[in-house]
Amino acid sequence: MSLDAATVRRIARLARIRVEDAEVETLKSELNAILGYVEQLDEVDVDGIAPLASVVQLGLRQREDQLSDGEIAEQVLANAPDRIGNFFAVPKVVE
Amino acid sequence: MSPFDLTIAQAAKALRAKDISAVELTTAYNGAVAALNPRLNAYITTTPELALEQAKAADARLKAGDATALTGIPIAMKDLFCTEGVRTTAASKILSPFVPPYESTVSAKLKAAGAVMLGKANLDEFAMGSANITSAYGPVENPWKRREDADAKLVPGGSSGGSAAAVAARIALAATGTDTGGSIRQPAAFTGLAGIKPTYGRCSRWGIVAFASSLDQAGPMARNAEDCAILLNAMAGFDEKDSTSAPQPVPDFTQALTRGVKGLRIGIPAEYRLEGTNPEILALWDKGIAWLREQGAEIVDISLPHTKYGLAVYYIVAPAEASSNLARYDGVRFGARVDGVDLIDMYERTRAAGFGAEVKRRIMIGTYVLSHGYYDAYYLKAQKVRNLILRDFSNAFGKVDAILTPTAPSAAFGLGEKMDDPVTMYLNDVFTVPASLAGVPAMSVPAGLNAEGLPLGLQVIGKHFDEETVFAVSAAIEQAAGFAALPEVRAK
Amino acid sequence: MAYSLEGRTGTWEVVVGLEVHAQVISESKLFSGASATYGGAPNAHVSFVDAGFPGMLPVINKECVAQAVRTGLGLKAQINLFSRFDRKNYFYADLPNGYQISQFAHPVVGTGTVEIELQDGTIKQIGITRLHLEQDAGKSMHDQHASKSVIDLNRAGVALMEIVSEPDIRSPEEAGAYLRKLRQILRYLGTCDGNMEEGSMRADVNVSVRKAGEAFRTRCEIKNVNSIRFVMHAVEAEALRQIEIWESGGEVVQETRLYDPSKGETRSMRSKEDAHDYRYFPEPDLLPLVLEQSWVDELAAKLPELPDEKRARFCDQYGIPFYDAGVLVAEQATADFYETVAKTRDGKLAANWITGDFFAALNRTGTTIETSPVSAAALGQLLDLIADKTINGRIAKDVFEEMVETGAMPADIVEKKGLRQVTDTGAIDAAVTKVLAENADKVAEYKSGKDKLFGFFVGQVMKAMQGKGNPALVNEAVKKQLG
Repeated sequence: MSLDAATVRRIARLARIRVEDAEVETLKSELNAILGYVEQLDEVDVDGIAPLASVVQLGLRQREDQLSDGEIAEQVLANAPDRIGNFFAVPKVVE
Repeated sequence: MSPFDLTIAQAAKALRAKDISAVELTTAYNGAVAALNPRLNAYITTTPELALEQAKAADARLKAGDATALTGIPIAMKDLFCTEGVRTTAASKILSPFVPPYESTVSAKLKAAGAVMLGKANLDEFAMGSANITSAYGPVENPWKRREDADAKLVPGGSSGGSAAAVAARIALAATGTDTGGSIRQPAAFTGLAGIKPTYGRCSRWGIVAFASSLDQAGPMARNAEDCAILLNAMAGFDEKDSTSAPQPVPDFTQALTRGVKGLRIGIPAEYRLEGTNPEILALWDKGIAWLREQGAEIVDISLPHTKYGLAVYYIVAPAEASSNLARYDGVRFGARVDGVDLIDMYERTRAAGFGAEVKRRIMIGTYVLSHGYYDAYYLKAQKVRNLILRDFSNAFGKVDAILTPTAPSAAFGLGEKMDDPVTMYLNDVFTVPASLAGVPAMSVPAGLNAEGLPLGLQVIGKHFDEETVFAVSAAIEQAAGFAALPEVRAK
Repeated sequence: MAYSLEGRTGTWEVVVGLEVHAQVISESKLFSGASATYGGAPNAHVSFVDAGFPGMLPVINKECVAQAVRTGLGLKAQINLFSRFDRKNYFYADLPNGYQISQFAHPVVGTGTVEIELQDGTIKQIGITRLHLEQDAGKSMHDQHASKSVIDLNRAGVALMEIVSEPDIRSPEEAGAYLRKLRQILRYLGTCDGNMEEGSMRADVNVSVRKAGEAFRTRCEIKNVNSIRFVMHAVEAEALRQIEIWESGGEVVQETRLYDPSKGETRSMRSKEDAHDYRYFPEPDLLPLVLEQSWVDELAAKLPELPDEKRARFCDQYGIPFYDAGVLVAEQATADFYETVAKTRDGKLAANWITGDFFAALNRTGTTIETSPVSAAALGQLLDLIADKTINGRIAKDVFEEMVETGAMPADIVEKKGLRQVTDTGAIDAAVTKVLAENADKVAEYKSGKDKLFGFFVGQVMKAMQGKGNPALVNEAVKKQLG
């Protein structure tokens, strides 16, 4: 499988990264080099092998339902690039 | 003895003996940082005042008899650990204005132990890289020089390149690193240091800027195995805030250093003898084997048949997780923003300007391998092969107690080399990635110099949660190697 | 009669499946210790985890898992002892991490059923496909500022159960009945308050249409409909829109739509257009959720009685009609109220009082069962006073009104106002004698065959006794004296 320019643009869009026209070709060849490399996995026989998501072979630890966090609006907002009162602010969204 | 030649263990002794105060030690290191950092670029942010403050507190603790092995020890903190009130950038432009209102678990533990933070060490952007050249704050220079070409700038390895350069150049007594595919071990090898990636789950990931969640592990980088053990004692431990943190007791790792290797079975994986590997590296590996045999270890030939697929698996799994982990950098709640005509435009401009080329590449590869129609072919397949790699290690550890390999396929290379395409750079991680994928502990120790006078490392890989054997074997190699070379650029 | 819509080309059947997002009742959020309480100052109930800060990690709330399992048990569904969390990746201003932690491949609850009852008494089973746990997003507000949207993350990270039905629903009425029944079950279980106004229960409505006997046609998803009435309207509006498209030779495009209640129509939701590739993958910050069967059994053992079982038991135990039992179990509070009253008394009488005078009083006074001035104990006492003949049924009505007004106990009212029923036959005889004497002409008419006047005499006697006469004794005395 090899990426074309349209796919590069589609991925960039999905990843919300603006890509200038001039960048597309370079990106395409770099990404294809990586994909070309990882495609060697095709030769591995994985029949009957379960996918491994984590090396930790334990079940999920569950915490008690207690209030232990929050009520720190000022700290949560302190790094915001833009805020209106205690809200985060972004360019207007039209639904 | 110059304060710059001390190990943690020696410095701790000197502090207790009042041969030197924590303030004196820190002042010396602050001065060295100010002198050398402009050249090496090992720190993104230096915190000399904070360090002095912490040193004063350390002196008080020393006086009160309430000191730990790390009280008053000046260290560098990789700028991937969130530090309360101290800017944390992950070497990315997108986090350039970010001041965390919280402290990562690992850095908090070090703080609590009384360690002094000299500053935030440079790294590859979001820990993605093997040469510390992807930092938005500029590359880090390796303090080591080629004998014949002292002017050429070499890379310190990556991603914990700032940590490595700082410790090697004696502008930190030790440092924290993180390792996702070799980011502690490879730079340690490139700079003549010891560095361990503990078992996945050993150190809490809470508060460490995430790269690839199923692989990221924090660990120490220091002048020798003993210092690493002292640091890891403080860094490790169960954390209820990290669901993948292991509820395992933390032994005193320093106790393992003197165990010796007598009777240990050491595996030598045939598949690491890659075609085209530098003969110097292979020769050093053979030396390591000989040292261990001489000290009474049993050398066992083993097979890790899926080793050669490790990198391919890694370059699917890590970018996939990263593409999702880095989605939060959107210019809404923290970090840099570039305005746009609407929300999507703002996102796209913010992320295009905020991320560097390598990070963008990995986000895009990760996005692609998870996208509809490609998930099974790439991501799922990679997870299955990852399982095979884990099995390789499980099988091997049925026969041996530890595994010895080279850390990296080459010594430190020149700034600007291996830049032909991303894959050439990725090949640096070929020996370190498999242990990351399997989640087993692995340590690099300096074992010799190459013909150019650059340090080379050997890697010791252990069973899950058996860092003790890793330390025992590493200490044995260290002792046999008697590595004492010092880099050209260093505080004196 | 099955619901259908007539088009130009014939009769169309509507096919509906519902995805209900039910906010879990818990103290804290699914993956953080911040408050899950509705409302609050903007960004107050927010931790760094909820706001997706660098290095923050999720830790699951056990109670939320328990609530999901309880709900699964209540839906007679399979509980999956192994389930897993996945990341659903998309960018939106109120989704702090750029992904939602959800359960895609392995939900905690599998297939189950909900039984609904239609107006005509038909009972129908609606299949449940699955229930999974996921995080809620924050809230974007677009009308607070001229050029900006503002974000409040108070809701971000609150636990939701997404309950997905099979496409078994065939009419707006069935959709409404399903939602009401589901809400009732959730409320009984105490796992969701079902408050659609506050958004703690929201529905995504999947609608398609087809001709009889056809396979399913393309469906559209109407997002976030926030009342049962709107769901019912949206189903019809969307079905009519699709029929129009098919009948004019067009093709329905699978898409996400919004229901506009003011216009009574659905419209395409452009902002979601390119958010379709969610790139689900196992959440690497969490491990698989592995449950012990013994723990599930414990939860099952402590499960409250559910509405269907309670209804059947009420019919059985108290001998009340199926319909009345349905009314009484509609809300847990009503059912509890009823049982408190009926337990040691005449169940039928209790049911009549509650569905009659009591509900009427709630309506009239604008109170609820929780705020009603008449407690179950008070109503019970009233019934006791009737049963032991302290008061008669007519007086009881007056006493009840007094209870509604003052909140006083019936026995006190009876005592204070001297409403105790007169059973003294001497007093009754005297009253009868007096009434008959005063109405000699009517007595004569009665005796000449006008039997209907009997009621008149009884009424007059009761009136003379201020309604307190024991009706049976009064009857008897009138009959005796009239000969």
